[in-house]
Amino acid sequence: MKYVAAQSLTQVFEHLQDDPTSKVFAGATDLVPQLRAGRKSPGTVIDLKTVPRLQGLNLVEETWVIGAATPTSVLTREPSFVSDFPGLSTAAGLIGSDQIQNRSSLGGNLCNASPAADSVPAMIVNAARVLVAGPNGERTIPVAEMLLAPGITALSEYEIVVEILIDRPSMKTADAYQRMIPRSEMDIAIVGAAACVSVNQDGICVAASVALGAVAPTVVIIPTDFLIGSKIDEQSLSALAVAAAEMCDPIDDKRGTIAYRRQVAGVLASRVTREAEKLATAGDAL
Amino acid sequence: MSRTHVTCLINGDEREFLCDDDQSLLDALRDEVGLLGVKEGCGTGDCGACSIMMDERLHCSCLIFAPEAEGKSITTVEGLAEGDNLDPLQQAFLEGAALQCGVCTPGFLIAARALLNETPSPTETEIRYALAGNLCRCTGYDKIVRAVLAVSENS
Repeated sequence: MKYVAAQSLTQVFEHLQDDPTSKVFAGATDLVPQLRAGRKSPGTVIDLKTVPRLQGLNLVEETWVIGAATPTSVLTREPSFVSDFPGLSTAAGLIGSDQIQNRSSLGGNLCNASPAADSVPAMIVNAARVLVAGPNGERTIPVAEMLLAPGITALSEYEIVVEILIDRPSMKTADAYQRMIPRSEMDIAIVGAAACVSVNQDGICVAASVALGAVAPTVVIIPTDFLIGSKIDEQSLSALAVAAAEMCDPIDDKRGTIAYRRQVAGVLASRVTREAEKLATAGDAL
Repeated sequence: MSRTHVTCLINGDEREFLCDDDQSLLDALRDEVGLLGVKEGCGTGDCGACSIMMDERLHCSCLIFAPEAEGKSITTVEGLAEGDNLDPLQQAFLEGAALQCGVCTPGFLIAARALLNETPSPTETEIRYALAGNLCRCTGYDKIVRAVLAVSENS
């Protein structure tokens, strides 16, 4: 196996086309265990961290531009990013230990395409987009359209994720993320719940987005139409919990039964929406 | 296939070594550089026994391909003491008996040093979070946390 530190996107595509067995990586937190288990045996591993465009967290006008290979610890250490996205930065800060967070990236969490990826529902409720590039050019697609099935993304052959783009939240808008794990730390979500809520000056909900991870092959987006136009109250949150429990399609395994996951999905959908609403109501106008 | 030549700073000294591209930095540090303080536990980034600092950030060296070290600055447990003067953390681990078999200890020391470099007076909760990526089968963690707290309070 050959290691290549790519210096540009052009070099990445050249190496990918030279060796069809090659794998790109950022932190390798998923790739290395797969290599060790013999599940993958690429002829070449292409390091994306060395491509300048894939590194960094920058506010460009009103949009956060996150290089796909930027360590998640960079996000959680940036106060203005954490202030804009308390939910997404919470999700990023829940993925693995400090050791892992100095390697793991939003691009990797997305492309690994695990149903339990913490950052993915949090990106979706914030309407995040990904800029992907391949030998034939670049395109932008919503994060919500990136994952097709466990381990399967919407990337075409030789395409890679370059940047994640997230607009700053508008006035009185906030996101939140909560998850349930069987242990108290260092575990994989059995339900991950993200919400983003906007309210007006009177506290009336004017926009809401709720997404659940780990309860279906891909992220489940819960309809929120009925939350719009009134204050979020216990009745609407109960309805949301019922809808969330019905819409998920979880697996039964040693970490949780289907019935348990459904119930927790409802509880967390409701709680995380309440948390986002409280943050949005308390938030200042930008 | 010819081996890859890597030049980097290790514990403050410029070092060169030859490695295979599929070798982990953990294996290269042990087998090519001869630094045996860095340990292999799980080899998959779960246990923290192979913790090092790379460019002042805490990492599992088992998840790093050895050639990635080119041009980087690496700190292992061997770099904590200055001659016979132990790092205050090492002294506190000794005095507080914060180890039993010792295999996890270099990783805990590096993780604790990374924490204290950034947060000189962490709370117990901050210490427990910062050490959550390091597993110990012997101590039950309490003495380790107390040792780090002792250094924190003295600083």
